[in-house]
Amino acid sequence: MTALAVLTTALLTASVALIFFYAPVDADGLNQKIFYFHVPIALTSYACFGWGALKAFVHLWKRREGADLESYVAIHQGVIFGALTLLTGSIWAKVRWGHWWTWGDEQLVLFLVLFLFYCAYFMLRFSVEPGPRRARLSAVYALFGVALIPVSFLAIRLANDFIHPTVFTRHGAQMTHTMFAAFCVSWAALLALAHVMYRVELLGKRIDANLRDLRESLTAA
Amino acid sequence: MRRYAADVAVLARKDLTLELRARDTLPAMLLFVVSTLVVFHFALPKHSSDLAAKGLLWVAIVFTALVGLTRAFVAEREQRLIDGLLLAPCDRSAIWLAKSASVLAFLGIAELVALPAYAAFFSAIGWSTVVAVLLADIGIVAVGTLLAAVAAVSRTRELLLPLLFLPLAIPVVVGGVGASVVDDPGRYLAFLCLYDAVFAIISWASFEYVVTE
Amino acid sequence: MSSGEKYVAAAYAVVFLAVLVWVVIIAAKLVRLERETADLAALARRTVPGRVGDDG
Repeated sequence: MTALAVLTTALLTASVALIFFYAPVDADGLNQKIFYFHVPIALTSYACFGWGALKAFVHLWKRREGADLESYVAIHQGVIFGALTLLTGSIWAKVRWGHWWTWGDEQLVLFLVLFLFYCAYFMLRFSVEPGPRRARLSAVYALFGVALIPVSFLAIRLANDFIHPTVFTRHGAQMTHTMFAAFCVSWAALLALAHVMYRVELLGKRIDANLRDLRESLTAA
Repeated sequence: MRRYAADVAVLARKDLTLELRARDTLPAMLLFVVSTLVVFHFALPKHSSDLAAKGLLWVAIVFTALVGLTRAFVAEREQRLIDGLLLAPCDRSAIWLAKSASVLAFLGIAELVALPAYAAFFSAIGWSTVVAVLLADIGIVAVGTLLAAVAAVSRTRELLLPLLFLPLAIPVVVGGVGASVVDDPGRYLAFLCLYDAVFAIISWASFEYVVTE
Repeated sequence: MSSGEKYVAAAYAVVFLAVLVWVVIIAAKLVRLERETADLAALARRTVPGRVGDDG
C-alpha cells in the first residue's frame, strides 16, 4: 500500500503540474482549469459507487466474508467524492454562469439525486443492528443505486424539456491533445487517491473489527 | 407457476380482507390526499399556472403512496406474522408481489378519489395524465413495497422509508409530470414503462434477500 | 488575482481541504486504535499470566 500512496502522490503532483503549466489556457480563460478536477472527481465517484455495487453483488451472490465492509467503504468514498463533485461543480457554475446552483447542468443535478440516495444508504446502515441482515439490506440498496444512475440520468434529460429550456453543456470545444493528456493524468491521479483512501479506511475498519473480537475473547476467558 | 400465482392470490386476498375489516389505511389515504390538495390550493399564489398545479398533483400522489406504504408491513411486524409467512413453503418473492398488489389496490382507490377532486379543484385532466398515473403507480408500488420491507427491519422505520423512497421517486415524478404537461407525452410514458420494468424486476429479485433473517 | 482565478483556486483548495480533513479523521481513528490495542495488551498480560511482558 505504501507503493500505492507514493504513486498517488506522484500522479497528483504530475497532474497539477500539467494542468497549470502544460495544458493551454482555452477560450474560457483560467476558469476552465476547474474542469480538470471536477470531471475526474465525478467519474471517480461513479467508479466508487460501481465498485460498491459490485462488492454488494458479490456479498449477496457468493456470501464472501468482508465483501459487505468493502461495499460500505467504497460507497463511503463515493459519497465523499460526490460531495466534492457538487462543491466543485457549484464553484464552476458560479464562475461560468454566475449562480451557485443551476438546474440546467444535467450532470450536477444527477449527482444531487445520487447524493441524496447514498446519504439514505448511511441512514439505513445506522438504523439497523450490525449483522448479516444489515449487510444484506445495504447490499440490496447499493444495487438499487447502480440501477438508479442511468434511469435518473434519462429522467433528468427528459425533465429538461419541460423544466429548463436551456441545457448547459459542460465543455463546448473539443479537447486538444495536451488538454486530453492533462485530463487523463488528473483522472488517474484521482482514481489512485480514491483507491488509497479506500484501502486505508478498509484497513482501519478491519483492525477495529479484529480488536473488538480480541476484546471479546479476552474478557470471556 | 400456477402454484406461485395461487400463493400470490391468497396472500393478496389476506391483505385486502384485513384492510376491509380494520379500515385504517385506506380511509387515511383518502383523507390525506384530499387534504393535501386543499393545502396545495393555498400554497399556489395567485396567477400560478395550471402547470404548477399539475406538478403538485404528482407530489400529492407520491406522498399519499408513502402513507400507504408506511402501513404496508406494520401488521406483519406487530403480530410477528412475517415469521409465519417465511415458514410457508412459498417463494419469498410471492410475498412481495402480493403485498405490492394490495398496496397498488389501495393507491388506485385513493386516486379514484384524488383525480376527480383535482379536476374539480384545479383543472381538467387529460387521458395522458391518467395513463401516466397508472404506469407510475406500478413503479412506485414495486419499489416502495421493497423499501417498506427494508425500513420495517430498522429502528427508525417511519423516518427511514421516505428517505429511502424519495430519491427513487424522482424519475417517476419526472415521467408523470412530463406526460401530464407536454403535448406529446409518448416519450414520458415510455420512460415510465422503462422505470417500471427495471425496478419491478430488481425489486422482485431482491425481496428474498431483504426478508431473510 | 482576478475573480475567476480566485474561484479556480477555491475549487482546488476545497479538494485539498477535503483530503486533509479525511487525514485528520483517520489520524484520530489511529490514536483511538492505539489506545485500544494498549488496553487489550494490558488485559492480555493480566488474563494470560506467565508470559513475559513484551511491551516496548
